[in-house]
Amino acid sequence: MASVALRSVSKSFGHVPVITDVNLEIADGELVVFVGPSGCGKSTLLRLIAGLVPVGVGDVVIDDEVVTDIPASKRGIAFVFQSYALYPHMTIARNIGFALETLGLSRQEIDAKVAEVAATLKIDHLLSRRPRELSGGQRQRVAIGRALVRQPEVFLFDEPLSNLDSDLRMEMRMEIAKLHANLAATMIYVTHDQVEAMTLADRIVVLNKGCIEQIGTPQQLYHAPQNRFVAGFIGSPRMNFMSVSANSSGAECRVQGPGNLSLDVTLSGPGSPAEIGIRPEALSITTQGQGKVTGTLERLEDLGHEHLAYVRIAPDVAWSVRLPNALGKISTGTSVGLDWRLEDLFLFGKDGRRLDHSLSHERSAAANGGRV
Amino acid sequence: MKTRLERREHLSGLLFVAPLIVVLILVAGWPLARTLYFSLTDAYLDDSANHVLVGFDNFVEVAGDPVWWRAVRNTAIFTAISVAIETVLGLAIALLVHGAIPGRGLVRAAILVPWAMPVVVSTKIWEWMLNDQFGVVNRAIVGLGLADHGVAWVANGSLLLGVVIFIDVWMTTPFMVLLILAGLQILPEEIFEAAEVDGIPWWKRLWSITLPLLAPTIGVAVLFRVLDALRMFDLAYVLAGANVNAMTMSIYARDRLINNQELGIGSAASTMVFLLIAFVAIFIVGALRLDRSGATER
Repeated sequence: MASVALRSVSKSFGHVPVITDVNLEIADGELVVFVGPSGCGKSTLLRLIAGLVPVGVGDVVIDDEVVTDIPASKRGIAFVFQSYALYPHMTIARNIGFALETLGLSRQEIDAKVAEVAATLKIDHLLSRRPRELSGGQRQRVAIGRALVRQPEVFLFDEPLSNLDSDLRMEMRMEIAKLHANLAATMIYVTHDQVEAMTLADRIVVLNKGCIEQIGTPQQLYHAPQNRFVAGFIGSPRMNFMSVSANSSGAECRVQGPGNLSLDVTLSGPGSPAEIGIRPEALSITTQGQGKVTGTLERLEDLGHEHLAYVRIAPDVAWSVRLPNALGKISTGTSVGLDWRLEDLFLFGKDGRRLDHSLSHERSAAANGGRV
Repeated sequence: MKTRLERREHLSGLLFVAPLIVVLILVAGWPLARTLYFSLTDAYLDDSANHVLVGFDNFVEVAGDPVWWRAVRNTAIFTAISVAIETVLGLAIALLVHGAIPGRGLVRAAILVPWAMPVVVSTKIWEWMLNDQFGVVNRAIVGLGLADHGVAWVANGSLLLGVVIFIDVWMTTPFMVLLILAGLQILPEEIFEAAEVDGIPWWKRLWSITLPLLAPTIGVAVLFRVLDALRMFDLAYVLAGANVNAMTMSIYARDRLINNQELGIGSAASTMVFLLIAFVAIFIVGALRLDRSGATER
């Protein structure tokens, strides 16, 4: 078992910077998830840790040892690829045991280890087949088995479930969570699927354009995002935003914007709000004239377990509202009001940083424990 | 029972290949049929209309000619050795160029130069370089003190076939490099990264991953080269004419046909070359299972 650390790591491909000054400490046994939009550098960061891509500047440290110049095979890591990267011409048994062949183990020892891993992953009946005869989920299990058999210190997963359909994805997600619980191994997991990130992670690292936007537990990221990017990235449907103007006198601040928005908030720090944000699940629909903003109900979607409403507040501002129950008799095209509790309001400054207000401490409390 | 739609698709399919079939019959079918016919006659080139059918006499004569068997032997040796060297060399260079070496774009372009040159030109260049008195190769050998006097590369009968093989390797290795490189470039990179993380040493990666995955490509390349080598004519003819030391099957056929004006015997020899190549092709295709690889391997 091992800890992993990145110290001021940067990487460019040609003149294009991909990773810029990343610092990160991952504790022994922790499961950390890298998320971010495509092209944010999350896969590159994983490959840097693996040693598949050489580090430009900075150091990679595994188990308190600087491994920046050590080849991938000597870093004590295993890598699970999105494409599975199974050897197509080998049987499943040989695929899993191939790495052991160079370790000087006897045939029997290899077979025993392969059988053990295959039993854990419930693929023991597939051992004599070839990868092309397997389904996507089975291939993914083989790929994980190939990682398991080497008993690495650190597991690296590069979007391992993104080629699976949603049922299988959920099943394999549980499988990986179970694996992590049983092995207590350090795992780093790259995904663009925030459900995977929220459910698997001890801590999530949100990346954007090669920089870390925020590191925190799933709850911290959801309830107390440090900036607009994280607030918009975590949560589905994404957080609703609206540009506002603010008149402050001291800590007291009046926020005004489209849809007759006029709010008084008490800031608990410096800065002036330029944008507000409210999650779809924090909004409720009221009759026109009530609530904090008004808009036109544009569209209703019935997803069975929940309902989504889209309310247009201004020509360029449409908010989504997530409702547990059907809306009742309101038809599209009517004017409605939107309301929310003040502690559910996020304020963002001009630079995108989140500003604390007098009620946001309740959210912070929620982030560090149960909801108050 | 075929539906009307199926019949119509069938018909339009036939319509699409019809022009090709007509062209093939004109440029391949007709000459082949003529050759087959003449191989059964006693025709002479200067008066081909005047002939009688002689059955398989021409084939018997060719089969009884020691020069024919010498040509068969030369062709077999040439094919086996040159294709073997070209395959190994082509694989090695392709692996090298596939790796991220500096200036590999330039290397790739430079490698193609021998392949792009006309056979006659490169053969003449080598003939001059290998000239026993004025050739740069002998000059270098003597100059470096490796030998007291130059070697009669082209004039010495026992060396001639070796020189033919050497020039062919020089000319056609780029073709092998190109084909194998194309095969290498479509192999999924992540498989090799997986092997890298797994700590598989390079020789095991080459032997257990690269070569098995590359086998279909190498098979096709070898097939191309073998068929090409078996009917080789130009290089040996430009270098040695009808010299029996470097005579290939094709040169033998041409020799009987043009030099001796024996249209019947020349045709018989040509037919034998054709049948031999066809058998080898069928054998290799069968061994590689090229026709079925699409269905079973993917």
